Amino acid sequence: MLEEKKLVLIVDDDPDYLFQMKHHVESFGFNVVTAESVAEAEKALVNKPDLAILDLMMETQDAGFVLAYKIKRDYPDVPVIIASAVTSETGLNFNLDTEQDKKWIKADLYLEKGIRSDQLHREISKLLKL
Amino acid sequence: MEKLKVLVVDDEPGIRSGVVRILKNYTIGFPFMEEDFSFDIIEAETGEIALEIIENEGADIVLLDNKLPGIQGIDVLEKISKMRIDTAVMMITSYASLDIAVKATNFGAYNFVPKPFTPDELKSSIENISKHLFLKRMTSAMKEEGKQIRFQFLSVLSHELKSPLNAIEGYLKIMEEKQVGENIDDYMSMIDRSMVRIKGMRNLIIDMLDLTRLESGKKKRKLHEVEIHQLATLAIDTIKPMAIQHNITIKPDIDESIVMEADHDELEIIFNNLLSNAVKYNRDGGEVRISIQKINNVVTLTVSDTGIGISDDDLPKLFEEFSRIKNSDTRNISGTGLGLSITKKMVELYNGTITVDSKPNFGTTFTVKMPI
Repeated sequence: MLEEKKLVLIVDDDPDYLFQMKHHVESFGFNVVTAESVAEAEKALVNKPDLAILDLMMETQDAGFVLAYKIKRDYPDVPVIIASAVTSETGLNFNLDTEQDKKWIKADLYLEKGIRSDQLHREISKLLKL
Repeated sequence: MEKLKVLVVDDEPGIRSGVVRILKNYTIGFPFMEEDFSFDIIEAETGEIALEIIENEGADIVLLDNKLPGIQGIDVLEKISKMRIDTAVMMITSYASLDIAVKATNFGAYNFVPKPFTPDELKSSIENISKHLFLKRMTSAMKEEGKQIRFQFLSVLSHELKSPLNAIEGYLKIMEEKQVGENIDDYMSMIDRSMVRIKGMRNLIIDMLDLTRLESGKKKRKLHEVEIHQLATLAIDTIKPMAIQHNITIKPDIDESIVMEADHDELEIIFNNLLSNAVKYNRDGGEVRISIQKINNVVTLTVSDTGIGISDDDLPKLFEEFSRIKNSDTRNISGTGLGLSITKKMVELYNGTITVDSKPNFGTTFTVKMPI
């Protein structure tokens, strides 16, 4: 019997990035639901996803953190990936390597945008324990 | 140990004592803070008492029940929001009504805790709100030092520059690996989107150059007698192709005799920015009116459109760098978020002012006044 496809929620205010991520994640064999804003994402969350990939800077600079917090509050078992183009050169440096960071960043993985699609596939499979 | 003052407003003594019990010995530490937070809890059984306490001794966090014997929680929230103090309010509601939730969010409630809540739910809400409060205070401290602006500018700039690069690179990778097959036609939309992003990036670079030249003051200003009518006609011709695409009529009303001592390029940027906004944020089939008159030695330029307009909430952000008003109407409109900020700076070079008047769904009017 065929196992049902896992559902991945992708949230990003950049329509091109959203299109590409959907393209890649679907090619891994998942179902994808997309949202272009925090508000849209909250509507989409009515259906519990199996995993969420969130952009960090959307309407506000920390929209991704806030959304991650909300997802974890409602669905503590759903893995959350935060993806961002903003990194160390601006002094904004996050990672989830320490317990201390994990305490306030409610995400399971922090990714830089531009990651290769096979790496992305590996990270998603790891988080979904596939 | 830093203490945060928590005010619990609820007419049920059980809830109040519950909150006291849960938070009495609770502390929170964040990696970015030197000291832990602990909590002092004050109780109020009505909204009236709560407001008195907030006025007299202040509070950092207010846990506010909506159903109160006298004035309702939502009214207390409204009054707090009018005091303009940095008190974070969390609404406690027994049954979430959408109407109250919307109102509360508009008055700046930080979040909601459904009643009944478990100790863990309360603690995690308090943890979140404390972090919010701490960050907010830290940001305002940074703002005072002027650090905030540069930091924000850099991180936003990096974001704005890297996003299009990532998008284009992503499309190229898909093409490189021929991920949707051998037929080039299947890649056309990706090529089109890449072109759009490249164009957006080019505009951003042009705007950035304008802005840096302005800020460093290095750009040599060449002041000449400029015939305003001629310059305006040039700006109108520049925007015409885009206006035709969207079936927008441009109606000029320009005093042909105005001559102004100015830098031609600077005025051109002002005219181009205002006109291109009036076309971009218009509706198909709409209208743009541009009027330039001289009244008492002041050149007054007004550009009005019949477009989507700007809400009162968004107006204050309009002239800030990289502030783009994001909503479903503006989603497909490209822009760098710098145009108006540059325009304002240019106008100020002429000791002028720029003002805006807008009505959502009806249109926007920008008025520039420059003394000569």
